[in-house]
Amino acid sequence: MGLQAYSGPGWLLTKAEQIINWGRSRSPWPLPYGTACCGIEMMCALAATYDMARFGAERPSFSPRQADVLIEAGTITKKMVPVLRRIYDQMAEPKWVIAMGACACSGGVFRTYSVQQGIDDVIPVDIYVPGCPPRPESLLYALLKLMDKIQQDHPLYKQRADLAETLGVER
Amino acid sequence: MSLQDRIRHCLQNDVLDLFQCQGDLFVQVPRDRIVQCLEKLRDEPGLEFDFLVDVVGVDNSALHEKEIKAREKALAKEKEKAEESGETGVENEPVVLEVPPRFDVIYLLLSLKSNERLAVKVKVPEEDPEVDTVTTIWRAADWPEREIFDFLGIRFRGHHNLKRLMMWEGFGSYPLRKDYPLQGKGEERHLDYDE
Repeated sequence: MGLQAYSGPGWLLTKAEQIINWGRSRSPWPLPYGTACCGIEMMCALAATYDMARFGAERPSFSPRQADVLIEAGTITKKMVPVLRRIYDQMAEPKWVIAMGACACSGGVFRTYSVQQGIDDVIPVDIYVPGCPPRPESLLYALLKLMDKIQQDHPLYKQRADLAETLGVER
Repeated sequence: MSLQDRIRHCLQNDVLDLFQCQGDLFVQVPRDRIVQCLEKLRDEPGLEFDFLVDVVGVDNSALHEKEIKAREKALAKEKEKAEESGETGVENEPVVLEVPPRFDVIYLLLSLKSNERLAVKVKVPEEDPEVDTVTTIWRAADWPEREIFDFLGIRFRGHHNLKRLMMWEGFGSYPLRKDYPLQGKGEERHLDYDE
């Protein structure tokens, strides 16, 4: 990204992809989905001491429609699976998922009939955070990792592919 | 009169067993008389167990299996001993060990007047797992009875809404039965938008 602003009105030279990724990665609004004790650590990470807002996770969005990152913090019982799936489906693209804690990653200590053994059977997961529960620093690290991931994304390629499909032309 | 005597006096012939266990008083009553017994215990002056704390179900199958194994072992030992000592005249009758009913349903009662507690127990056989509902006496029995139905498969005759409470509709098993594997039988749940 080239930036020239020390004389006159200034100019900015960049790629559309780069500036889209820059915008997306600096505003990953979380959807807090706390179902167990990990939820407490997530609240701590969002609150003043750790202040996740520093990294652009500014506004915990309790509506899936306005959220970018689903932070699934806690155990998902099998009874809860349709609810999780529906919430994920309601989120608008682009969307990412952080599986926080041992239960969300793998079922954790609950290897039983009632607990889903990892939410990646239900929804795609971008970042796994191990721990039982993970400390708030771990969640912040996961968010930074997610920002790295978003910056390597190619948002326009998909658009191009969609357009080509609509027009019926070879890519 | 002690609490035991008062209970005997109140329930008369319905007392099948009356015992103290870990500091709690248990009374066992016939399964088909449970509603009448609880009504009597609630209304009898001097007892007045007017508060239903909880209803719990117990699957005793693992315990019974263990007991029967121990008894069989003891019998085999006895037989061996008899053979060793040369007692040939002992008749070898095949001993049939009786298995007690598999399930218990226990009603935990509290008297708010005297602050006394009592556990009322009924035995429920596996072949006919059905007990009369006590929601007619205490509405508080609604969810505990549904929970027992959900986890152990004991039906409550006359319950107004006997559906699964914890597990979802269509979950085919009774997971707190001892023969149900801890990791389940592969029950899964998905989101189906066509439903």
